[in-house]
Amino acid sequence: MEDLSSLIAGFQVALSWQNVGFMAIGVVLGIIVGVLPGLGGPNGVAILLPLTFGMDPTSAIILLSSIYWGALFGGAITSILFNIPGEAWSVATTFDGYPMAVQGKAAEALTAAFTASFIGALSGVILITFVAPLVASFALRFGPAEFFAVFLLTFCSFIGMGRENRAKILASLCIGFLLAAVGLDSISGDLRMTFGSTELMRGFDFLIVVIGLFGVSEILLTVEEGLVFKGKQATIDLKVVLRTWAGLPRYWATLARSSLVGMWMGVTPGGAIAASFMGYGLAKRFSRRGANFGKGEIEGVLAPETAAHAAGTSALLPMLALGIPGSATAAVLLGGLLVWGLQPGPMLFVEQKDFVWGLIASMYLGNLAGLIIVLATVPLFAAIMRIPFSFVAPVILIVCAIGAYTISNSIFDIWLMLIFGIVGYVFKKLDYPLAPLVLALVLGDRAEDAFRQALLGSGGSLGVFVANGLVTTLVALAMILLFWGPVSDLIGAVRRRSGRAGKAAEAAE
Amino acid sequence: MSAHPEGETPRGLSRRPVELVTAAILIALAFVVLWDSYGRGAGWDNGPQNGFFPARVGWLFLAAALFILVQSFRAENSVFVTFAQLGQVSRVLGPLVLFVALIQPLGLYVAASIFILVFMGVVATSRWWSIVLTAILVPIVCFWIFELQFRVPLPKGPLEAMLGY
Repeated sequence: MEDLSSLIAGFQVALSWQNVGFMAIGVVLGIIVGVLPGLGGPNGVAILLPLTFGMDPTSAIILLSSIYWGALFGGAITSILFNIPGEAWSVATTFDGYPMAVQGKAAEALTAAFTASFIGALSGVILITFVAPLVASFALRFGPAEFFAVFLLTFCSFIGMGRENRAKILASLCIGFLLAAVGLDSISGDLRMTFGSTELMRGFDFLIVVIGLFGVSEILLTVEEGLVFKGKQATIDLKVVLRTWAGLPRYWATLARSSLVGMWMGVTPGGAIAASFMGYGLAKRFSRRGANFGKGEIEGVLAPETAAHAAGTSALLPMLALGIPGSATAAVLLGGLLVWGLQPGPMLFVEQKDFVWGLIASMYLGNLAGLIIVLATVPLFAAIMRIPFSFVAPVILIVCAIGAYTISNSIFDIWLMLIFGIVGYVFKKLDYPLAPLVLALVLGDRAEDAFRQALLGSGGSLGVFVANGLVTTLVALAMILLFWGPVSDLIGAVRRRSGRAGKAAEAAE
Repeated sequence: MSAHPEGETPRGLSRRPVELVTAAILIALAFVVLWDSYGRGAGWDNGPQNGFFPARVGWLFLAAALFILVQSFRAENSVFVTFAQLGQVSRVLGPLVLFVALIQPLGLYVAASIFILVFMGVVATSRWWSIVLTAILVPIVCFWIFELQFRVPLPKGPLEAMLGY
């Protein structure tokens, strides 16, 4: 049990006073970020990333990942009290959470949501603790071809499993790759797609793109709906918490099911959103009270929250073990690792043991701290939503601009942020998914390097991608995931058509 | 996003032209990428040339964009954004562009102050003194956090130079 002793050593790292302090600060900042419109998880982490450049990497990632946990908790507050999903994966939480708040059961709904989040996150962390080292040690055998196959798997599963229009997912991925290619080519040392501009020589920093796409565009979308939020009041006292907790064991099946769904969907990228809907849908189908879903059923809050958080946490597994993030926020954290001079991927588990296990231990502690902090301070954060938006919006935008500037001290970057804000606004309204774009932008260079090295090794023959059992399996899996969506759509369409024909025949009789 | 209040159908920009224009821009971008990549060499020269990968992504991109273009002709047409919403958005976007434009000549703090004044003035939901107070306090707090605490230098203009920073 070498891993277990590493984990205990990790707890020692994470439990230092300094790191516990960062954890608390991170969780509070994260909840604020999750509650405020226009500052989601990825964006909040991206803005704060430059401020951590000088910090010790372990403390820095504890701070930033705690922001992630906080943002996950914060999303539930706005979903339940204001019927505004703070993040895409808390959309399903509004279905039953807001009706509960309307019925005056806001405190129960919030307690249920936070506890469910905690359970989901915990199952994700346990998965990471036991599976990530195995995946990492397995991945040590990977060559460039295998790595490219894993990248391919990631991108194909985005297209195949995505809920959006598939051509738009593909276009979004391609934009990410192409933006990543702009600037200095690391292999040949040539400039690509800069068209003579010195500003473009540096290429597009993904942090700028994230701040624009997720921050500025979100503000623009929010003001569309007007500048006032109307929400329900909530204070949580210990009695309600204990009563809700006492009722939870009855829903063990829902919790377990949602955790499993979440863990599975989180490891395959792009999963948290799909996982929350799947968790909700499955709970609705299997619950004895399924018919009451949507009218304020506590199970309808538990199911999506557990699944979303299990997925959100599990998304860090491929990030740590393979260097392939499973969500937009994980992608930003991965960018942070690169900035701090840590190479994510299997070698991280060998070379940076303290860092990895400190981070994993901090996931346990950070989620526990998050649960306690969020339960104690809900009224405070709900009050943030009552600050007039005409005040909040400019402050958020100024913070976004500062975040964009500090990345490389360039005013040009602030303009880029603005442009990507407008692009993000249009893309969101047209249902172009943004997460694939960010993921491809972060991974683009490394995917390209793997591809080129693999081809160099084989002398240009694509046969290298089916050269051995491992790489063939990965590529085959990628293809299955890629065509899974379109094929199941097709089957669904055929079935619906025959179903309709059947109904028409019945009606005729 | 959340449902729009449906009354009589609100007037606004319809979705199809926006889809078409976006798809057209994407197609144009794909051609730029292909032109640039093949211009530098997208073939094989003792290994993949530096345009090799972007060119292949460019072809995929072009195919996806063309598909979106075709799809957008068949998709149901709805309102993309109502004029009222567009008005709201431009009330944020206008001051924001002004803010970014002013950072270079005036420095970030002064620009932020003007941004808050203009934005809150345009929205006009707050009393004038709270607007002025916000416009003064927010840049000062930012200065304290970034310049003094984190020692991150932000763009400064004539005012800061006068004050000796």
